[in-house]
Amino acid sequence: MIHPIPPGTRDVLPDEMRELRRLNRRLIEVFEDAGYGEVATPAIEYDEVLSRGDRPSSASPYRFFDENGNLLALRSDMTVPIARLVATRFADAPLPLRLCYLASAYRAVLPQRGEMREFVQAGIELIGEPGPSGTAEVIGVLEAALDAAGLDRAVIGLGDADLYRGLLTEFGVEGEQRDAVLDRLATHDLVGLETTLEAAGIGATAAETCVALSQLRGGSEVLDRARELGGEAVERTATRLQETYETLVARGTADRVQIDFGLLRDLGYYSGAIFEVYDPAVGHVLGGGGRYDDFLAGFGLDLPAAGFSLYLERVHVAQMEEESRRRERAAADV
Amino acid sequence: MSSEGGAIGGPSHPEGPLTLAVPRGALFTETLDLLDAAGVDTAPARGDSRSLIFHTDEMILVTMRPSDVPTYVEAGAADVGITGKDVLLEQSDRVVYELLDLGYGKCRMVLAGRRGDERLGESQRRLGMMRIATKYPRIAERYFEDTGRQIELIEVKGSVELAPLIGLGDGIVDLVATGRTLAENDLEVREEIVDCTARLVANRVAHKLRAAEVDDLTARLRVASGR
Repeated sequence: MIHPIPPGTRDVLPDEMRELRRLNRRLIEVFEDAGYGEVATPAIEYDEVLSRGDRPSSASPYRFFDENGNLLALRSDMTVPIARLVATRFADAPLPLRLCYLASAYRAVLPQRGEMREFVQAGIELIGEPGPSGTAEVIGVLEAALDAAGLDRAVIGLGDADLYRGLLTEFGVEGEQRDAVLDRLATHDLVGLETTLEAAGIGATAAETCVALSQLRGGSEVLDRARELGGEAVERTATRLQETYETLVARGTADRVQIDFGLLRDLGYYSGAIFEVYDPAVGHVLGGGGRYDDFLAGFGLDLPAAGFSLYLERVHVAQMEEESRRRERAAADV
Repeated sequence: MSSEGGAIGGPSHPEGPLTLAVPRGALFTETLDLLDAAGVDTAPARGDSRSLIFHTDEMILVTMRPSDVPTYVEAGAADVGITGKDVLLEQSDRVVYELLDLGYGKCRMVLAGRRGDERLGESQRRLGMMRIATKYPRIAERYFEDTGRQIELIEVKGSVELAPLIGLGDGIVDLVATGRTLAENDLEVREEIVDCTARLVANRVAHKLRAAEVDDLTARLRVASGR
């Protein structure tokens, strides 16, 4: 008899599980070696706690009542539960605090496109370490994790979450028009972006600056190209990215990093540095992260923080693609 | 690669030529003409070969139905692609970067009804909703939602002009180029929904990791299309 399971969920059988387990172990080893202690939190929490900080974009799509009428929710990532955990269990702990996790999370995505409603994330949170040094440490651990997974071609895009909010304020774009522009930037609809900028009436030069910025990505040379476009928001972002980048260079971990002025992450809690992970063998983003310096305030902690998470299943797919590529190349070399 | 060249921060590069998804059908010839004008040799794709994949000097052209282009590009099977805005609007949940309006393939998404027939208005007034036949259910749904009207959606696959003629639905939402098909079937445009042209789209990861190639192609197509 066939008994169905909900769309967007799946069973894992031994062959795959063996490989996933091996990958899990390597990642957690990298995190532990870097001083990050593993934690686990419940998959279900009080909705009121998870939705603290007023970020509708990361609210859980799966909510239900318990026997006492409390509204519960399934977590949609681990950053929020860990913020809750830190505020509750580590309020007076010496800083910085280094935590890592390997856990399932739940989102109401359309299944059938490599996106699942239940998925596993592996990641770290660095709490209490501000600015470039904190960001560089997190990116360093991310690079080590990618190495451990055998993804030596993977690239980390580094951007800034505050850039366009600042830029649009500078251009005097507000309210609905601002949201429309940010939406086009987030979906990277350049044709729509030009139209909405025109509708916002900010003038051709400002509009060109905005479009050109969204296309700036590459090595450290793009910092100068961004500065040529001018403006306070751009200067602020370029300075911040440069500091982070130089810290990475000093640590010898800048090789994989691509600076990207067009990067936007859809989770609302980021401020400052943000990043995303790509592998040339797969069309999807493998993971990402960034700074969320204002976010812990919602849990009563005034602490800077940064972290990343990798989608375990997608990393596994990339591993498989890279392995078969290496095999093909080895065969071609013989 | 950066470690060899000593340059700072040049990330690793994907191998092989850029893959471009080319729409067959109405946009096919104009797409090849534009690519020629942009310096991509499309001669191999122009014969009556049944092949679907063609190699040029600098890229691989993969030919497919326009409505499949977002699927291939989103998954990264093609790095970049060309398709109509109507396709992108209908598949707006697909994550692809829309880089350029190529200007050709101009047509309009419209609401049409039978000439001189008042059924659209009458259904809305007396039944509270219009019955709309279409091949573009999401565009139709969004349009009527945005304009505060209720519809009963009838999705068809073939010639949608047929529907209102024989009583399936009060009107249609469809793509119109010259308007000839509408006129020949005794239909007329009642409302204009959106203008559609061919667009250049890119896979999100390819846009990051093959930045130089994607930007170069975009720039050449921008010049060639006179945008």
